[in-house]
Amino acid sequence: MRKIKFILQKEFIQIFRNKTMLPLIFGVPIIQLVILVHAATLEMKSIDMFVVDKDLSSLSHKLINKFEGSPFYNVSGVSFSMDEAEEAIEKNKADFIMHIPYGFERNLMRENSSRIQLLIDGINGTAASLINAYSSSVISDFNRNIIVDLTKMPQIKDMNPIAIETSYWYNPELNYKIYMLPGILVILVTIISMFLAAMNIVREKEIGTIEQLNVTPIKKYEFIVGKLVPFMIIALFELAFGLAIGKIFFHIPMVGSLSLLFGFTIVYLMVVLGIGLFISTISSTQQQVMFIAFFFMLVFILMSGIFTPTESMPVWAQRVNIINPFYYFMRVIRMILLKGSGFWDISREFFSLSIYAVIILSLAVWRYRKVA
Amino acid sequence: MLKHTENIIVVKNLIKKFGSFIANDNLSFEVKKGEIFGFLGANGAGKTTAIKILSGLSFPTSGDVMVAGYDVYKEREKVKENIGYMSQKFSLYEDLTVRENIRFYGGIYGLSGKYIKEKTESLLERLKMKDIQNSLISSLPLGWKQKIAFSVAIFHDPKIVFLDEPTGGVDPITRRDFWEMIYEASDSGITVFVTTHYMDEAEYCDRVSIMDQGRIEGLDTPGELKKQFNAKNMDEVFLKIAR
Repeated sequence: MRKIKFILQKEFIQIFRNKTMLPLIFGVPIIQLVILVHAATLEMKSIDMFVVDKDLSSLSHKLINKFEGSPFYNVSGVSFSMDEAEEAIEKNKADFIMHIPYGFERNLMRENSSRIQLLIDGINGTAASLINAYSSSVISDFNRNIIVDLTKMPQIKDMNPIAIETSYWYNPELNYKIYMLPGILVILVTIISMFLAAMNIVREKEIGTIEQLNVTPIKKYEFIVGKLVPFMIIALFELAFGLAIGKIFFHIPMVGSLSLLFGFTIVYLMVVLGIGLFISTISSTQQQVMFIAFFFMLVFILMSGIFTPTESMPVWAQRVNIINPFYYFMRVIRMILLKGSGFWDISREFFSLSIYAVIILSLAVWRYRKVA
Repeated sequence: MLKHTENIIVVKNLIKKFGSFIANDNLSFEVKKGEIFGFLGANGAGKTTAIKILSGLSFPTSGDVMVAGYDVYKEREKVKENIGYMSQKFSLYEDLTVRENIRFYGGIYGLSGKYIKEKTESLLERLKMKDIQNSLISSLPLGWKQKIAFSVAIFHDPKIVFLDEPTGGVDPITRRDFWEMIYEASDSGITVFVTTHYMDEAEYCDRVSIMDQGRIEGLDTPGELKKQFNAKNMDEVFLKIAR
């Protein structure tokens, strides 16, 4: 045990003496959280619409005004020509075209029905369906108003016999920031700890000191504990720091127990640090570490459920997620912080990660060779 | 030299292969307790391979190797407790100070903090390095680094110290100083196993083995070797063997 103390001391001196480390530990979390939480939004704001109004009637003007009045829409162009509208889509100047055909008003007056056409840029499927949903609701609202206008009848209060009353639990205002922040925090904590751990041992290989260590009677577990504990402490600090930023700047709720969250994080970090260590035992240069770690990181992050619910992924992808540490932590941090889940609610994730930690750490210890 | 009688390293039929390449071809030799044993050979002759096997960094392909009374196959950790090692690659941490390096290496050999502190004081005194004890290793000249590296390698009072080309790249005066330190260590009872390709250094050794293409071609005191090969100095001995 005494030997571990000396390794810890040495690691901490080296980490804090490294001039690029401190800004990394303190600066990056602030920048990442503040910028990414705002950037990673799924809300649609300022949808660019292009209007082709061939009717030029008072009714078509009313409809366009309705869109212009909404904070979500930005009319980027009005024209008589469909070609011009298509060009706007091709140049990414418009997200969709609203085509009001000739005779729009007349048909409505005479036949009590009329048609308009929405042409939506479908490259981003999620955005396209949101645009469709938003626009349809604007148009149906417009619809209701003209019925009142045309029939001169007072608006019927209950048009729908069954009223749906929705209330959103845990996030009543549907604030995406309190959903995104814990997710980004997971990525942040993981990147810092996994990269630091993976780089560390390979660095000793590169400068040759690993040989000097291997010739000492130090035990493998002493070496590994001594290497991992400093990064564990830094990562836990990082989490606390990130949560504080979230509380102060984004007012994220912390419904559940923080000690449960930190307890779970310790198990999670054992897995992440174990993976980092394993990568560093199989690589001989820092470049190799970067490539391998980056590859896994990218796959794991995209599959983790940070943006999209994992339940809607194909079954095989959900199976792959069994080995994705991000997946577990992404769920649990949101469950604890936003819903206030207790230990039994997250026990499945807790035990899965514990088994994972045992496996990956054994693998790393086994791969770390003192003898060539 | 009758004082060196007890064997501390015994190597019998040591073979190390890398694929089809034979780095050590059937080496057999003994090193006596307390002697300075020179391990000579041209670059690529297999010196470093042998020293890595003796210090437990590499497995032999076959043969028996006993170091400090322990088998390098079965009692690897025991071997490691009893040896010191300084490689041609630099082994100190450049981003730690002199004192921090000593403390770290002392610590992982299991010495107590108090003992390390006391011994560091007397060591710095002897090396006349008190003023630079808190300087980073990266700021020191090569010769000083080598002296510190050697002191760190014998800090835990090993029975044997392995030095793999310890004086590469430094001026003759610094090399001379370095050899003074080797003599001091030897006087205090540490067996010194040193590889070099400076032939003047070979003259300082009690006994010398000369390797060529993985085999030991000569092993005796420098004086006997010169007689045996009918040479004026070790340089000539070496050239005759390597040809």
